[in-house]
Amino acid sequence: MLNNLKNDFPIFKNYPDLVYLDSTAMSLKPKVVLEKLVEYYSRYSANIYRGVYKISEKATEEYEKTRQVVADFINAEKNEVVFTRNTTESINLVAYSLGRKIIDEGDEIVTTVMEHHSNFVPWQILALETGAIFKIIDIKDDGSLNLNFQSGNLDLDEVITKKTKILALTYTSNVLGTINPLKEIIEKAKKINPKIIIVVDAAQSAPHLKIDVKDLRGDFVAFSSHKMLGPTGVGVLWGRKELLEEMYPFLYGGEMISEVYLEKTIFKNPPHKFEAGTPSIGEVIAFKEAIKYLKSTGIDKIRQHEKELTLYCLKILKDEFGEKIKIFGPKNIEARAGIIAFTFDNFHPHDIASILDDQSIAVRAGHHCAMPLHNRLKVNATVRASFYIYNNESDVEKLVLGLKKVEKTLT
Amino acid sequence: MSIYTEIILDHYQNPRNFGRIPNPSFHSQASNPLCGDRLELDIVVEEQKIKDIKFQGVGCAISIASASLVTETLKNKDLLYLKKIDKNFIIKLLNIDLGVNRLKCALLILEAIKKLLV
Ligand SMILES: Cc1ncc(COP(=O)(O)O)c(C=O)c1O
Repeated sequence: MLNNLKNDFPIFKNYPDLVYLDSTAMSLKPKVVLEKLVEYYSRYSANIYRGVYKISEKATEEYEKTRQVVADFINAEKNEVVFTRNTTESINLVAYSLGRKIIDEGDEIVTTVMEHHSNFVPWQILALETGAIFKIIDIKDDGSLNLNFQSGNLDLDEVITKKTKILALTYTSNVLGTINPLKEIIEKAKKINPKIIIVVDAAQSAPHLKIDVKDLRGDFVAFSSHKMLGPTGVGVLWGRKELLEEMYPFLYGGEMISEVYLEKTIFKNPPHKFEAGTPSIGEVIAFKEAIKYLKSTGIDKIRQHEKELTLYCLKILKDEFGEKIKIFGPKNIEARAGIIAFTFDNFHPHDIASILDDQSIAVRAGHHCAMPLHNRLKVNATVRASFYIYNNESDVEKLVLGLKKVEKTLT
Repeated sequence: MSIYTEIILDHYQNPRNFGRIPNPSFHSQASNPLCGDRLELDIVVEEQKIKDIKFQGVGCAISIASASLVTETLKNKDLLYLKKIDKNFIIKLLNIDLGVNRLKCALLILEAIKKLLV
C-alpha cells in the first residue's frame, strides 16, 4: 500500500469528509499541478509560438517541455505526441483525418462491445458514412473479450481479415475494469493483416499502467490528462510518425500552417499540423507536473496499491452482502483494474448513489458512457466505484457502511 | 438534507394509485432511456373530471414517489387541472432539494401527463 497521499490533494483540506470513488470519470489534482497552473497564469500567461517577447518564449518552452515529458512517459518520440482536448477528440481526430482517407465501401472496422462511446460512435458513424462493415467483438460472461484462445494461444482469424483496416479497442474497460491482453492482440492482428491500423483507447490505462508504445506496436494511443491527476482540457494522441505525416489535418486555421497564399496553404509538420488555434496552454504546461508526480510515486506501486484496494473491496462486499451484490468484470486481479461496477439488490443505481452522496461518498451511477455494454450485460445501469492513488482502506470501509445505510433506507 | 424524506420513502415503498386501469379514457407512457426508468399512466374521465388515475412502472425512489404524490393530487380534480401541473408544482409537492441530475427522475411523471391528452 502507498502511504496516505491525501495531504497532497487540496480538495481534502476543503472537504475532509470526502470519500472520492469516481476517479474513472475524473481524477483529483495534487497541489503541484495547481501551483503550476497558477504559475503560468500569474507569471507568463502569454500565447505560444507567436511572441518574440520573453514571457511568450517562456510559455512556449514550458508547453513543449510537456510534450517531451509525455513522450518519455510512454516511450515515444516527441513529435509523435499531439495535444488535443481529451481522449474523445484524439479518437475523432484519427477517425476523420485517417479514417476518411483509408476506408472504402466493404472494408471492415472492428471494435468491441466494451468500448466507451468515444471509441465506439466515431467508428460506427465512419462505417455508416463509407459503407464499411462494422464488426463488434463480444465479451464472455467473465468480462473478458470473447476471443478464440487455442491451447493458450490467441486466434483472431474469425474477427480480423485482410479487409480489416481499423481495429479500435480499449486497453482497460471503464466499467468492467477488464485489462485486455493488448500486446498479444496487436501482434496477432498485424500478423493477419500487416496494414491494419490499431487505435488504442488508453484513457483508463495511462493513469494506472506502464504504457510503452514501442513495445505495444499499435498505431495510435489516446488518453486524457484529467484522468491522470492533470488539468481538464488536455488530451493526448500518440501516433506513428509516418501515419501522422500522411493524414489530413483535422482542424484548419492558425498555428497549424507554415505558409498561406490566396490559392493554397502549406501545413506545418506533425504534431503542429494537428494543433490548430490556441490550445489549453496553462493546462498542458501543468500536465507535466501530474506526470512527474505519477512517476515519482511509481506506476508499478500505484498499480499494486490499486490491486490491493480492489481485492479488499471485492472481498468485503461479498462478505457483507453476499449474493445481493452483483459485481461485473473479471475475477482475476491481474486482468482487472481498480474499477468495480455493481448492482445491489433491486435498488436503483441512482438511489444508491444519492444515498451514498448524503454520506459524502462519490460514486457514479448510470451506464458510464457504455450503453452497448450495459445492453450486453442486460442491465439499465450500474453503480461504479473506482480507486486511485489517494484512496485507502478506510474509503473502502466507508463504502460498505454507506451501502448498509442504503439498504436500511430503502427497505 | 437528504432527499429521502419519510414522505418520499413512504410513497416509494407504498406507491398510491399503482397499477393499470382496464379501459382508460386516456393512456400515456414516458421513459428515460439513460437509466431505464419507465412509467405508464391511465386515467378515466367522466363529465370532465378525473374519476380514476393509476400509474405503473419501474424507476428509482424519486420517480416512483413523484408519480405517487402527483397522481394523488389529481384524483377527482377537473380535467383542466392537468394543465396546472408543471415543474414548479412538482418541486413544491415533493418538497426536497433535488439537484439537476435527480430532477429528471422527479419529472418523468410530468412527461407522461403532458402526453396524456395529445
Ligand atoms: C475508456 C474511456 N475512453 C474514453 C473516455 C473519454 O474520455 P474524455 O471524456 O476525456 O474524452 C473515457 C472517460 O470516461 C473512458 O473511460
